Amino acid sequence: MATLSAIMKTTAARLSALYLVLFTACAVVLVIYVSSLSTRMLVGQTQEAIAEEVAGLARAYQRAGLTGLVRLVEIRARQPGANLYLIADPSGFILSGNVESIQPGVLDAAGWTESPFLYRRFGEQGATSRESGHAAVAQVIRLPNQMILLVGRDLSEPEQFGRVMRRALAVALGMMGLGAFLIWYFVGRRALRRIDSVTEASRQIMGGDLSRRLPVTGAGDEFDRLSENLNAMLDRIAGLNEGLKQVSANIAHDLKTPLTRLRNRAEAALNNTAGPTAAKEALEQTIAESDQLIRTFNAILMISRLEAGYSAESTAKIDLALIVSDVVELYEPLAEEQGVTLKAEAAENVQIDGNRELIGQALSNVIDNAIKYSAGFGQKPVVSVSLRKEGDAARLTVRDNGPGIPEEDRERATERFVRLEASRSQPGSGLGLSLAKAVMTFHGGKLELSGEGGGLAVAMIFPTGKNE
Amino acid sequence: MKILIIEDDREAASYLKKAFAEAGHTADVAADGEAGFALAEGGNYDVFVIDRMLPRRDGLSVIAGLRANGNTTPALILSALGEVDDRVTGLRAGGDDYLTKPYAFSELLARVEVLKRRAGARDVETVYRAGDLELDRLSHTVRRGGQEITLQPREFRLLEYLMRHAGQVVTRTMLLENVWDYHFDPQTNVIDVHVSRLRGKIERGFDRPILHTVRGAGYMIRAD
Repeated sequence: MATLSAIMKTTAARLSALYLVLFTACAVVLVIYVSSLSTRMLVGQTQEAIAEEVAGLARAYQRAGLTGLVRLVEIRARQPGANLYLIADPSGFILSGNVESIQPGVLDAAGWTESPFLYRRFGEQGATSRESGHAAVAQVIRLPNQMILLVGRDLSEPEQFGRVMRRALAVALGMMGLGAFLIWYFVGRRALRRIDSVTEASRQIMGGDLSRRLPVTGAGDEFDRLSENLNAMLDRIAGLNEGLKQVSANIAHDLKTPLTRLRNRAEAALNNTAGPTAAKEALEQTIAESDQLIRTFNAILMISRLEAGYSAESTAKIDLALIVSDVVELYEPLAEEQGVTLKAEAAENVQIDGNRELIGQALSNVIDNAIKYSAGFGQKPVVSVSLRKEGDAARLTVRDNGPGIPEEDRERATERFVRLEASRSQPGSGLGLSLAKAVMTFHGGKLELSGEGGGLAVAMIFPTGKNE
Repeated sequence: MKILIIEDDREAASYLKKAFAEAGHTADVAADGEAGFALAEGGNYDVFVIDRMLPRRDGLSVIAGLRANGNTTPALILSALGEVDDRVTGLRAGGDDYLTKPYAFSELLARVEVLKRRAGARDVETVYRAGDLELDRLSHTVRRGGQEITLQPREFRLLEYLMRHAGQVVTRTMLLENVWDYHFDPQTNVIDVHVSRLRGKIERGFDRPILHTVRGAGYMIRAD
């Protein structure tokens, strides 16, 4: 039976087999202990009763001599459920009592019989064979005139008790075995079925059906928890995969477009008949175009590397305020040239764990964008940079009073290659904000876009840790 | 100037050799790390241009080996790896400059020429002079034709770097690296605006230009 052997291999089955063995062993030990204890107790009681009887008979003997003793024995022997009584002459010939025959040798030694012996009472049928006799214990006493008195008691009671105990044990064991087997079979089969369905589902997922999920029965058990976690993992993988697809589509688009332009320009230069000046100009444009391509390509590479996680050694304790003043100073003349007022308002000494190059680049991208989009927009274009400590975070905000980004587009603005329709006409790789976002993610911070201050406000929020 | 190019891409290497020759330099080419190391040990070169990933012996190991043997010839590393960490490991291995592929030849040429000059360091000079322009590094003053010119601290450093390499082309990325100490690509013409502002200060009122723009390459301080 294939299923049975498969069930045998399940953990549930192995565990229940182990439990069965352990329980059986315990039960056997317990039963043996209880039955031997109770047997011993019953035998002890029997002996006590016999000793009492013997004392009674001894008193009768002292009072009325042998005749009195014999009479008393005769009376007692006839009572129903009586003890065993026997009086024999020194040779072992039974004179009186309710015992017809006795196992040879029992009467030879005085005192307690060492082990239960076999006997037969008067009136019992077909009673010569050993098997039909009863077991008993007895005290053998030598009377002063060498006569032998035996007082004993049948052991059928303790023996019966032992038998009952043994039978109970057997039944209990049988029930336990059966129960274990049933539990084993059903639990094991159920577990096996769940596992099989998970295996089947995962096989299909591996086969390429990434939209499939592992079954969740709703029972809330460990299988469900496992399946839910694996499903969450699959969702994440699917998300990453989707992102990758999106990115490669974007890369294809955003690199192919300038590449096509580049090629067309080179071709045009080749066919050019207008003279060496025009050809030179075309070549220069070609180089400028390829520089822009390289720039885009570098940005893509950098974002991917940031997303894959940098090595820890590339960060150090740095002062954000210094970076802010550096970058603002770097952009100040450009802003002035573009007619934009660039203001900075920075708290002093804002220490964070970070990479100066990356943050510098991210900030320069954000400021560059702000200047680019606010220039020529409105009467007095202003870009203001502020750095504040906020609890255990540092908030670096770049605000402009340019056209801003509509709220519904803000989320998309940080995605790779997204250049919102309104900005399609502006130069740039469309990667500035994405790079800034990747840098922020790398630093365990976040990038927030808002409309505060009229135009666009880009907030770079860095964790400062607990040392502040 | 005698240059050793260790580069396994034959086409790139022969292009470099030819371009250096046009710029008035002679260049030898080695196609792998071992051959390059042997040539570098034997020949008398002014600058090494070493590709980072080479067959038979890695570029960084070649530089480390040369430095271990006491060779202090300036080395420029060419690499497709351009991240912050890569640059740091490259310079730590004994490289003097790091240029990420793809690069403009004008950038490479400017850097190589600056590297060669670096060997005869001008660190000890306290006053740089170019024509009637004079920069005093100790008192932080700039004069032209005896007339003092007031500069912002950054403008001073910009001019200091340009004058230190007077007569040599200095590219925009070199300026960003050496004056601002940032290695990223500034996307827009931020550096140009700084330079033109500086130019305004040192040329306004004087009839001779001194800070020249070298088309397609960068800037140069030169007293004609």
